[in-house]
Amino acid sequence: MPLDGLYGRIIMDHYRHPRNRALVAAPDIHARELNPFCGDLAEVQMKLDAAGRVAHVGVQAEGCSIIQASASMMGEALAGKTPAELEALAARFRDWLQGRSPEGAADVPEGLQALQVVRQHPVRLKCVLLPWVALEEGVLAFLRRRAGEH
Amino acid sequence: MTAVNPKARRAGAAVSGLDVAKIRQDFPILGQTVHGKPLVYLDNAATSQKPQAVIDTLVRYYTTENANIHRGVHALSQMATEEYEGVRTKVRQLLNAAEDREIIFVRGTTEAINLVAQAYGRQNIGPEDEIVISAMEHHSNIVPWQMLCQERGARLRVAPCNDAGELLLDDYQRLLGPRTKLVSMVHVSNALGTINPAKQIVELAHRWGAPVLLDGAQAAPHMSIDVQALGCDFYAFSGHKLYGPTGIGILYGRAALLEAMPPYQGGGDMIRSVTYEKTLYNTLPYKFEAGTPHIAGVIGLGAAIDYVNAIGLDRIAAYEEELRQYGTKCLSTISGLRLVGTAKEKAGILSFVMEQAHPHDIGTILDAEGIAIRTGHHCAQPLMERLGVAATARASLSFYNTREEIDALVKGIDRVIEVFS
Ligand SMILES: Cc1ncc(COP(=O)(O)O)c(C=O)c1O
Repeated sequence: MPLDGLYGRIIMDHYRHPRNRALVAAPDIHARELNPFCGDLAEVQMKLDAAGRVAHVGVQAEGCSIIQASASMMGEALAGKTPAELEALAARFRDWLQGRSPEGAADVPEGLQALQVVRQHPVRLKCVLLPWVALEEGVLAFLRRRAGEH
Repeated sequence: MTAVNPKARRAGAAVSGLDVAKIRQDFPILGQTVHGKPLVYLDNAATSQKPQAVIDTLVRYYTTENANIHRGVHALSQMATEEYEGVRTKVRQLLNAAEDREIIFVRGTTEAINLVAQAYGRQNIGPEDEIVISAMEHHSNIVPWQMLCQERGARLRVAPCNDAGELLLDDYQRLLGPRTKLVSMVHVSNALGTINPAKQIVELAHRWGAPVLLDGAQAAPHMSIDVQALGCDFYAFSGHKLYGPTGIGILYGRAALLEAMPPYQGGGDMIRSVTYEKTLYNTLPYKFEAGTPHIAGVIGLGAAIDYVNAIGLDRIAAYEEELRQYGTKCLSTISGLRLVGTAKEKAGILSFVMEQAHPHDIGTILDAEGIAIRTGHHCAQPLMERLGVAATARASLSFYNTREEIDALVKGIDRVIEVFS
């Protein structure tokens, strides 16, 4: 069927029960990204532990089911990562989603792989990516800030 | 009052009786299947489909007549020139303009508005002057004016609308004054379907001596237009929404205004003589048609106008109104669905939001059922903001749509509810 399971169990579960939705106070990394074309919005906050790894994650999204599910799934993949690892993950995820990754599915955590169906709906890829754009922006700003401090 | 007088509309409704099954045969694309389902094309406000007559005209033109116009003495060039100019007359008749030279061929509504902003605006609008638009404009009737205001130090004023998407005429009137140097207004809203009281607007603006441009992109394909009865100074529309090719559109302008305006672009065709010291501009309409125009597009548009005229715009309006009422009734019964844009005077546009699903999801699920609608802000972000929605789903109707297709839309929406329940 042409929907190709776009509204399958995993995506709908994340849409209906988004994880890590609570705002994280005083975050080390945070960003907000808006898609003016459709009013979609994604926000992300992260607090790092003493070792510089993600300890608390908050992600919030407004818009269609796909962006909300994507935000929730992304939030689950971030814990324990350093900012550099977050950057690398975002880049790998982007490549994988757009079918450009050499290792295929092995390149991204299993928890994200249900999003593969969105490849069949290219106009919806930007919905998936918006939370990741917020993540990348947040990390970039954090790294710049940190570099400035030294 | 609007361009379609209500009496003619009612009379039309009784006799609309279009043979839609036969009409549909004229549009080859409508026979297609999409994702294995029969195509239900409800995105006519974005662009309309093309009848075979238009497609054939393009093929015939390129096969037997292709030549540049206005510059050759040879047979093909003369033939092409004649056809091209013949379409100008057809457009004049379509709009009931007074003279052929008041019809300028442009790329579309967007270019028509930009032409007026650049050629009329830069000459006539200065610091502290005001341009009045409405809260329901397409971006193409906002941004050119913003650019002009920025350049000339003028101000853009926006007339408000109510929650139904109707212009508030009292507020509108209060916005007008001695500083008003131009009024630009969408005739029919692409996002909501509202038919604005164009004639009344023109009268109000003219009291202050301000010329009025009407953006007829969504009006010209769906009702008969009489620019003289409306009294407007400029009227713009796009061929591709009137069953013609893309890349061709019309600017109507009152001759006196067009004559006083400087050219929009420089080049061939728009000049009478050129020396390095001085160039004399051509007369209307050529002054505004620099370079080789979209000849095939113009000729294709002529075929589209013939096609629409053979059915009759009043009958088209009456049929589309029946269909809109049917669609409104059907959609109103769906729980969780809210129509956005409920003006009393409305054209065939059904914009809606649902509690259950975001417009993107509605669009994707309908697409899987072969149903094409538009989702998003419809190039009217300020309007969406005013109405408190980020986006809507929009079904826009044409005379080739049927009640069965509305039923298919309703079934598709049922499917949306099923997926999201
Ligand atoms: C009301 C309105 N104005 C202007 C335009 C712009 O038309 P075009 O893109 O053909 O120039 C549109 C098209 O979407 C429209 O609906």
